[in-house]
Amino acid sequence: MIRSALGRDLLFAVGGLILLAALPLVFPGKAFADFVIRLSAFAIYATSLNLLIGYGGLVSFGHGLFYGLGAYSFALLMQKAGTSIPLAFALTILINGAVAAVIGAICIRLKEIYFSFLTLAFQMLLHSLIIAWTSVTGGDQGLTGGVPRPPFLGIRLDDPRHLYLFCCAVLVVSLFIMRHLVQSPFGYTLRMIRDNPRRAAFLGIHVWRIRLLAFVVAGIFGGVGGMLISLFVSSAYPDFAYWTVSGEGVFMILLGGMGVFLGPLAGAGILLLLNDLVTRLTEHYSLVLGIVILAFALGLRKGVLGFLKDWWTKRAAGTKGRQSAATPAA
Amino acid sequence: MLTIEHLRKSFGGVAAINDVSLHFEPGSLTAVIGPNGAGKTTFFNLITGAYRPDAGRVVLGGEDIAGLPAPVIMRRGMGRAFQVASIFSSLTVRESILGAVNAHRRDYAQLLRRFPLARAQSHADEVMELVGLSARAHVLSGNLSHGDQKLLDIALALALEPRVLLLDEPTAGMGSEERWQMIETVHQLWARKQITLIFIEHDMDIVFQYAQTIRVLSYGKVLAEGTAEQVRRNPAVIEAYLGAHFEGRAA
Repeated sequence: MIRSALGRDLLFAVGGLILLAALPLVFPGKAFADFVIRLSAFAIYATSLNLLIGYGGLVSFGHGLFYGLGAYSFALLMQKAGTSIPLAFALTILINGAVAAVIGAICIRLKEIYFSFLTLAFQMLLHSLIIAWTSVTGGDQGLTGGVPRPPFLGIRLDDPRHLYLFCCAVLVVSLFIMRHLVQSPFGYTLRMIRDNPRRAAFLGIHVWRIRLLAFVVAGIFGGVGGMLISLFVSSAYPDFAYWTVSGEGVFMILLGGMGVFLGPLAGAGILLLLNDLVTRLTEHYSLVLGIVILAFALGLRKGVLGFLKDWWTKRAAGTKGRQSAATPAA
Repeated sequence: MLTIEHLRKSFGGVAAINDVSLHFEPGSLTAVIGPNGAGKTTFFNLITGAYRPDAGRVVLGGEDIAGLPAPVIMRRGMGRAFQVASIFSSLTVRESILGAVNAHRRDYAQLLRRFPLARAQSHADEVMELVGLSARAHVLSGNLSHGDQKLLDIALALALEPRVLLLDEPTAGMGSEERWQMIETVHQLWARKQITLIFIEHDMDIVFQYAQTIRVLSYGKVLAEGTAEQVRRNPAVIEAYLGAHFEGRAA
């Protein structure tokens, strides 16, 4: 049973990766590949935020900090330190984890709205630092000169096909790891704390430690999303660390559904599609997005995948009921 | 097993618990009674780490645990259920109890393994059987009836294999028949587990029938203690809490 659950997820991950790898055969255009790469970055970022919001009940308004930090750390390591891509990836994960541990240790003890706004304050602090520290970050122009993509292990990320496959692989591996974490004892403890932190404490659970661990894990994967976008645009911009990125993460979760693991992935897809389609038709993108969010808040509160899950559950229950009614009594 | 010495706690100058000293024998079944505002729940909160005492000692198995945080006190062998069932609404009964077992075995932060852990399952099944929730193992806790939610709250505490179990009004909000079923369940699990069980209760018929000893609190002080018969005949308890009709019933 236990092995089969892990095996099922593994199978799903491998199947997903094969599907993603094959999709360019059907959609060969560059626009599609670019869309999937951006989706990979945002999906990892939004899923990591959902570890906090959906599983931990910690509504962070400043998660974009880690997206921006990941993008800048990775880009700077590649550009200024000339490290290899795997080493820059590893170091960025370490930097994000360490920063998340420090910020989390300060924020986690606060409750609800105070937690939310303090995380936002830290994000804006990073944004201000990026703007002000022009000699290192390029200020409001972002990093200029591009991010080098030296080959490693036969992978050449300056080849669009390799970049596409690499981003897909990082997406699948990240989602698989986060899926495993939410299905681990830690994941269930996180749900317990979300539901009733006081009760959890009276079971001997150190609530603060678990929340901090979740914050660090989310910070790391938020940074992985930032690394992918930095690789894609071959730079890093202050907008990556702006508060709107945090808002978009929350929107993605709301659109896709926070109660389903892949909800943020679906939400990221919807938001990116909306962005790409609406901006072609009108300059009033924010207005359209606002209306869509309002419609979801009023009519589809569990998000698209949450709605589909409920519909499927009810349908399955109905089918089962009809079958039982049709079965003659023994 | 559990000894309270000169425990004090004030809120804004009002003494909620005022120099309370009590001793609970290992394996005993004790009711704590008293009028509303007597300090019963505050007393539980003090000994389980929800509040820090202003003064006094709470000695559990020879160790002073007064002022320690709740998670640490729970690890020392205390378990607690609440007046309003305190559960995990989005988890099933089984998931909730498995989570409590993980907490007890310090497996709750495991990242590498999958939930549920094989080593937690038999203990969780045993706890569910003990409180009679096995048939509802896969029901969401938030969808349980009020009585079953109270049972689950107790089961969560039992999963910790406590030496001392504190139940704050286990029959609160229940109908007459359900109350007796609940207290019978509590009595059976006390008899089977041989733990020190302390419960707060307002139904005097239940208290006098089931409690081995009774402690009466009033205005934050110990008004009386003894067996059912001794407490029932105590004039101070009759005047402060029970009322004259109980004196008549005792006679």
